[in-house]
Amino acid sequence: MANIFAFAEQRAGELRKVALENVTAARALADATGGEVHVLLAGSAGIAQKAEQLGKHGADVVLVCEHDALKDYNAEAIAALAADRIKSGGYRVAVFSTSAQGRDLIPRVAAKLGVGIVTDVTDARIEGDAVNVKHPVNIGKVIATASIASTPAVIGLRPGNTTLVENTKAARVEQVQPVGDPSASRVKVKEMKQGTSAKLDIGEAPVVIAGGRGLKSADGFKLVDDLADAFGNAAVGATRAVCDDGWRPHSEQIGQTGRVVSPDLYIAVGISGAIQHLAGMRTSRTIVAINRDKEAPIFKIADYGIVGDVAEVLPALTAAVREARKSH
Amino acid sequence: MKIAVCVKRVPDMDARFRISADGTSLDEAGLKFDINDFDAWAVEAALQLKEKAGQGEVVVLSLGPAAAQETIRKALSMGADRGIHLAADRIPFDGFAIARALAAELKDGSYDLIFFGKMSPDSSNGIVGPIVAELLDYACVTAISGLEMADGRGTAKRELEGAQEFVEFTLPAVLTVDEGLNTARYPSLKGIMAAKKKTLESKPAQLGDTMVTIKSLAMPPDRPPGKIVGEGAAAVPELVRLLQTEAKVL
Ligand SMILES: Cc1cc2nc3c(=O)[nH]c(=O)nc-3n(C[C@H](O)[C@H](O)[C@H](O)COP(=O)(O)OP(=O)(O)OC[C@H]3O[C@@H](n4cnc5c(N)ncnc54)[C@H](O)[C@@H]3O)c2cc1C
Ligand SMILES: Cc1cc2nc3c(=O)[nH]c(=O)nc-3n(C[C@H](O)[C@H](O)[C@H](O)COP(=O)(O)OP(=O)(O)OC[C@H]3O[C@@H](n4cnc5c(N)ncnc54)[C@H](O)[C@@H]3O)c2cc1C
Repeated sequence: MANIFAFAEQRAGELRKVALENVTAARALADATGGEVHVLLAGSAGIAQKAEQLGKHGADVVLVCEHDALKDYNAEAIAALAADRIKSGGYRVAVFSTSAQGRDLIPRVAAKLGVGIVTDVTDARIEGDAVNVKHPVNIGKVIATASIASTPAVIGLRPGNTTLVENTKAARVEQVQPVGDPSASRVKVKEMKQGTSAKLDIGEAPVVIAGGRGLKSADGFKLVDDLADAFGNAAVGATRAVCDDGWRPHSEQIGQTGRVVSPDLYIAVGISGAIQHLAGMRTSRTIVAINRDKEAPIFKIADYGIVGDVAEVLPALTAAVREARKSH
Repeated sequence: MKIAVCVKRVPDMDARFRISADGTSLDEAGLKFDINDFDAWAVEAALQLKEKAGQGEVVVLSLGPAAAQETIRKALSMGADRGIHLAADRIPFDGFAIARALAAELKDGSYDLIFFGKMSPDSSNGIVGPIVAELLDYACVTAISGLEMADGRGTAKRELEGAQEFVEFTLPAVLTVDEGLNTARYPSLKGIMAAKKKTLESKPAQLGDTMVTIKSLAMPPDRPPGKIVGEGAAAVPELVRLLQTEAKVL
C-alpha cells in the first residue's frame, strides 16, 4: 500500500484545471497499490471551500492551509509547506503539474527533500522499487522512460495530458499550518495581471486555433478570433514569427520555446509547420491545416488539410462551424 | 556586481535523432551543437547588467565533456570575463546531480546573481536553476521575461498561462531566463579574438549519486497519415463533416 500526495494549484482563489489533473493521476497511482490520495491546497481564508471539488476527483484527504500571505503564489512558503507535508506523510509519489507555477515549485520541493524529480511527465507507474515515468525529450522527437529510485519520487505532469475522472467519495478536510512565516519570503508577487477571464487558456481549451504569418498582419488575426468565437470553446495561439512581429503576445506562442498544448482539435492557419512549432502541438488529438502552399510541412502532420487562401477558407469555415454548433 | 551564468551545450533540434545501441542514449555523430538559446539570453542579461553598472564580473560555467569549453568560449566572445568548465565525460540524466555539482562550485564565489536558462530543448526538465538556489539558499525567480535592478533589489516579470506576474526579490538571487527578456548579441570579430585570451579553468565535476536514470528511449508513434480534404472554400463542408463524424470533435 502506498499513499500518494498531490498538489492543488489555485489562482485568484479558483482551482486551476491542472489541480484536478494532479488529483486524477494521483488517484490512479493510489488505486494501483490500494493507498490513499492526500491533496495539499493553500490559499487565503476561504480556500477550504474548494476541497469538495478535489474530493470529487479522487482526494481522500484535503490538507488545507489558509493564510493571507498565501493568496498569490508564494514560492518559498509553499515549497516549505509542501516539502514538510510530503516528508511527514511518508508518500510514495508526490504529483505536481509542469505548469508555469509547477515548474517554479517542484524543483524547490525536490531539493528540500533531496529526492529524484522528473518534470513534463506523460505517464507514471509504480513498478517494484522504482517509479517509472515517460518524459518527452529533444522537443518531443524522442520519448524517454526514466526511472526514479528515491522515495518519494517527485513528478510534474505535462498539463492537459490527463483526462479528468470523477469519483463519488467525499474528502476529509484537515487544516494544516504554514511552515515558518509565509510573509517573510524573499520573493513577493507585487502584481498579477490576469487576461480577460472570459478568454480560455491555450493549455486548457479543448480547441486551439493557431495562426501564423499567412494571416499577413495583426488585423488579419480577426479571422482566427472569429473562428474561435464560432467554436465557443476555443483559444487562440500563434507561431513565434507572429509573436516576434508583435501581432500577438508571447503568452500565446506555441512551440519549442513557447507553450506545449494537446487539445482535442488544433487548427493551424497560415502556419508553415517548422519543427520548432510542431514541438508544441504534435500530440494534439486531431490536427487540421489550412495553407495555400500544398507543399507546406504542416500538411505532413495534419489529419485533414485544406489547400487555400485563409481570406477565402476561414470565413467559410467560421460560418459552417457556427451552423454546426447551432444544431447541437 | 558579481554575476555567474550557467550555460549548456545542446544539439540542434532540426536533426534526425538516432538512438544508440545501448538504447539509453542518443547517437551524437553528425549532430551540430551550440549554446542553449535560453542560456544565450541569460548571458546577454548578465552583460547588460554589468554594462549598466559600469563595473563587475561575469563568470560563465558549463558542466560536460571537453566540448563544453566551446560553449563557454562563445559566451566569452559575447563579452563574459572568464569561464569555468566542470569536466565530466558522461553526465547522468538527473538534473539534481548537475545542480549539486554546479552549486559546489558556485558556493564560495560570493555571486550576487546567478543566471540560468528556463530550460533546454533536449532534456527540458528546467530544474537545475531552482535546485541550485535551494542548495545555496538564494532567493529564486524562474522564467523571467522582464528584469529591473535598483538599490540591491530586483523586479521581474513572469509569463503565466493567460496572466503576467510581477515579483520583487532580494539579492543574492538565482534567475532563470525565458524568451522575450532580450535579444542575444552576436560575438564580434574583436570579441572572438579577445575570448581566446580569457581565462578558462577546467576541473572535474563533483557529481554525486544519481536518483534518476534513463531506462529506455523510443521514437514517438507515427501519426496516422492525414489527407488533403480539398482546395479552397469548396472543401469546407467536407471538412466539417469529417470533424463531426470521423474525428468527433465538433
Ligand atoms: C531556437 C528556435 C526556437 C523556435 N521556437 C519556436 C516556437 O516556440 N514556436 C514557433 O512557432 N516557432 C518557433 N521558432 C520559429 C520557427 O522556426 C518558424 O520560423 C516559425 O514557426 C514560422 O512561423 P509561421 O509558420 O507563422 O511563418 P512562415 O514559416 O513564414 O509560414 C507562413 C505560412 O503561411 C502560408 N501562407 C501565406 N499566405 C497565406 C494565405 N494567404 N493563405 C494561406 N496560407 C498562407 C505560407 O504558405 C507559409 O506556409 C523557433 C526557431 C528557432 C530557431
Ligand atoms: C536522452 C538524454 C540523454 C542524456 N544523456 C546525456 C549524456 O550522456 N551526457 C551528457 O553530457 N548529457 C546528457 N544529457 C543531458 C543531461 O541529462 C541534462 O543536462 C540534465 O538533465 C539537465 O537537467 P534539466 O533538464 O533540469 O536542465 P535543463 O532544462 O536542461 O536546463 C536548465 C538550465 O540549467 C543550466 N544547465 C543545465 N545543464 C547544465 C550544464 N551541464 N552545465 C551548466 N549549466 C547547465 C542551464 O542554464 C540551463 O538553461 C541527456 C539528456 C537527454 C534528454
